[in-house]
Amino acid sequence: MMFVAGTAGLAAAIILGLVRALLGPTLYDRVLAVNSIGTMTVLMIAVLGFLMGRPEFMDIALLYALINFIGTIAVLKFFRYGDMARPGGRHIAREGGGEGDADD
Amino acid sequence: MPGKVAGKATPMINVILDIVSWVLILSGTFFVVTGAIGLVRLPDVYTRMHGAGLVDTLGAALFLAGLMVQGGFTLISVKLGLIIVLLFFTSPTSSYALANALRSQGVRARATGEDLPEEKEEEGSTSTPS
Repeated sequence: MMFVAGTAGLAAAIILGLVRALLGPTLYDRVLAVNSIGTMTVLMIAVLGFLMGRPEFMDIALLYALINFIGTIAVLKFFRYGDMARPGGRHIAREGGGEGDADD
Repeated sequence: MPGKVAGKATPMINVILDIVSWVLILSGTFFVVTGAIGLVRLPDVYTRMHGAGLVDTLGAALFLAGLMVQGGFTLISVKLGLIIVLLFFTSPTSSYALANALRSQGVRARATGEDLPEEKEEEGSTSTPS
């Protein structure tokens, strides 16, 4: 029964996150909302494993937590540098005269 | 469920574990829903990051701790603990990356009242947006 309550709350929270991801004014709102939805999805997978009596879902939840983090970093890097292959880091970008990287 | 078999010898401890699990899962759900409402209703990207941080740290940790109580001393609880540790390390990192990207793109925080001149002075002295 507690699993049903947790699942219902998580579903409501995911719908709210989807609202922010759909009408977020900037790109960063959407990235933030998608990251948050990913965390809620990890919780949802974990509690669904308990709810269905198959706790092997924990492996999927662990994997999803990893993918969520890497995906957020990759999206931020892609929208900052324009491609994935460019080496990150502030000093490298400044050395190469990177575009739009003249912060501090 | 393997966790319930372990505690079935004494029913009293089972009831106590169920109550603890209820409290942890419900408070975790409360923090997740509160963070999601903040994600929708707060006015700025920086303040929305505050709501997302609520979901990532306290909501997820309480929720998974409630599931760990329900799981008992099994491999499931070990995996849930791994998820908690992973979220505690990756969530501040991605939050920092997002704030760093925001700041390097010149997105200003929407300050109100007395915070505004101080914020502007600090921005003008330290950064030169391209």
